[in-house]
Amino acid sequence: MDFTRRGVLAVGAGVAATLMLPVRGAMAATEDKIAAFTGGAATGTGGITLTSPEIAENGNTVPIEVDAPGAVSILVLAAGNPTPDVCTFGFGPLSGAQRASTRIRLAGTQDVIAVAKMADGSFVRAQNTVKVTIGGCGG
Amino acid sequence: MISRRDFLQAAVAASAVYGASGVGNWARLAAQQALTQDQLLNFDTFGNVTLIHVTDIHGQLKPLWFREPEINLGVGAVNGLPPHVTGQDFLKMFNLAPGTPHAYALSHVDFVSLARAYGKMGGLDRVASVVNAIRSDRPDALLLDGGDTWHGSYTCLKTQAQDMVNVMNALKPDAMTSHWEFTLGIDRVTEIVEGLDFPFLGANVFDAEWDEPAYEPYKMFDRGGAKIAVIGQAFPYMPIANPGWMFPGLSFGVREERMAEVVAEVRDAGADLVVVLSHNGFDTDRKMAAQVPGIDVILTGHTHDALPEPVLVGKTMLIASGSNGKFVTRLDLDVQNGQLLGFRHKLIPVFSDVIEPDAEMASLIDEQRAPYKAELDEVLGTTDSLLYRRGNFNGTWDDLICNALIDEREADIALSPGFRWGPSLLPGDPITREDVFNATSMSYPNAYRSEMTGEMLHVILEDVADNLFNPDPYYQQGGDMVRVGGMGYQIDVSKPQGSRITNMTLLKTGEVIDPSKTYVVSGWASVNEGTEGPPIWDVVETYVKRMGTVHVDPNKSVKVVGA
Repeated sequence: MDFTRRGVLAVGAGVAATLMLPVRGAMAATEDKIAAFTGGAATGTGGITLTSPEIAENGNTVPIEVDAPGAVSILVLAAGNPTPDVCTFGFGPLSGAQRASTRIRLAGTQDVIAVAKMADGSFVRAQNTVKVTIGGCGG
Repeated sequence: MISRRDFLQAAVAASAVYGASGVGNWARLAAQQALTQDQLLNFDTFGNVTLIHVTDIHGQLKPLWFREPEINLGVGAVNGLPPHVTGQDFLKMFNLAPGTPHAYALSHVDFVSLARAYGKMGGLDRVASVVNAIRSDRPDALLLDGGDTWHGSYTCLKTQAQDMVNVMNALKPDAMTSHWEFTLGIDRVTEIVEGLDFPFLGANVFDAEWDEPAYEPYKMFDRGGAKIAVIGQAFPYMPIANPGWMFPGLSFGVREERMAEVVAEVRDAGADLVVVLSHNGFDTDRKMAAQVPGIDVILTGHTHDALPEPVLVGKTMLIASGSNGKFVTRLDLDVQNGQLLGFRHKLIPVFSDVIEPDAEMASLIDEQRAPYKAELDEVLGTTDSLLYRRGNFNGTWDDLICNALIDEREADIALSPGFRWGPSLLPGDPITREDVFNATSMSYPNAYRSEMTGEMLHVILEDVADNLFNPDPYYQQGGDMVRVGGMGYQIDVSKPQGSRITNMTLLKTGEVIDPSKTYVVSGWASVNEGTEGPPIWDVVETYVKRMGTVHVDPNKSVKVVGA
């Protein structure tokens, strides 16, 4: 499992101004990362479940879970972070389940993407939007 | 916009025997131009199960004025659907004649004169009479409280909600769920919950560290030969919309998968009827009803909507029972062998001058208030304008608060949160300390004064607007739009976040807000720990005393387009 935390923005008052600005470089980088993982193969849907909160309670530590029965590895990316890499989970033949959860840091509202490589060499993808908000004004 | 005909057909389509609602009775009452307690409570007992729903009482023990929203916009798929229908359109949709008691109770139309004619609504001693009457028809009726109960008044603040706990305990609910309760702080919540005779449900409340359920998710009841599962769903965005540092160990969220799991669990355990006691807010419940199969009834809360008929989503019935003790819903159900065969529904308006207070409850309420009577009753000034809060944009109560913040805190711009609670006052009414606390009471009241750039102000307005107007209700976290004093703006509710807010203008000079310029901003109810400043009620009290008589002109500085 590789964690890459390099270059992740500190989330604080100063970041509020960038909340909704997608980082263009990172978006392109995300597609590059997926292409590198899949070798350019097309990704299907279904067979992978990505669970994440709709709105992060704390952008610094957002719980996510991926579940892709039959996967050999699962790539997780945060498309809006300056460096989109989150991690790649690998599952050996003795893994009881191909499911993993972790907590990730999100620089702002963005899509979290999971791509699973299945045992037959095909790929499936899921993505969810996670909103990172200033908060307050709770009805 | 959905027509009334579509609406009724949807109801009929669900089942040939699917029952009647109480609207017809109201119309007859109106025709007679007379209200009696018997008429308000009249109900032909039906089926084998009765649910009684109250929600969002917000600490209001006594009768009050509460003006329903004039503006309550729905975006995306819910545009024009109830509860996003107001005023004359609402009256037309539900076939209610203007000027009648129900038109007064359910819409803002002609509010002031109808309020004078029909009197205050609510009062938990009247609610007790309604509940007792239903229980005399059906002794094992389930009373379910949707939360936002332990918050919202002077006495609730001073007693850390002990007044509400005492009064609600006497009303004997069978279960409750929560939202503002947690702003008492986790220690106080735990202390109260440990002493309750009924469960404090929250299937979506988890221990943040271990990701384990923190409260009972549901409770099973045997009623009328049927097993009834009541699942609690607390307000999903507790640590975001309110100060998370007050309950640091808890995590919330819609957690749709969790709800699906719990519904499956209670069905496996033999539930004949699945009821969700929810504080999601109406649109979130509507989406959840469509996404999660197997829920028969969702008792909605949080968004304070009062609807005289259930809304059906597939086979799920959504009930909206208003707020502040203004209404009690009675829902009779015929439940046989795991099937809901029919219903009879009535949204009972609690006209305080018509429904006799329950004597025991009245004296219990007076007992809670007695130690604080002098402070509560002190008159600080008078209003010659209608003061109300509810609605998507600025209401006059918040305009008054913003004026006080600008004056007392010497600010260019004031921000007041878009809370949905807070009763109304009629023109000519005295403003007592109790009234000020009814509009401001909370555990994080500090009125901050800080400098913000124009860019930051824009980001804040965009952020809050998305919490209200994101087309996906699961991404709507909070209350109504933040109320702004000293600054005007235009909002296009149909646009995505980042491009809704334009034409921000500093009202005192007429200048366009400069993104790089710094402005002095005062506001209250910051969710940040350690916010400094006097409590907002002191700011408002000083201002009202100084003004003597307050006058608030209709706010014309927010321009809404795209609705």
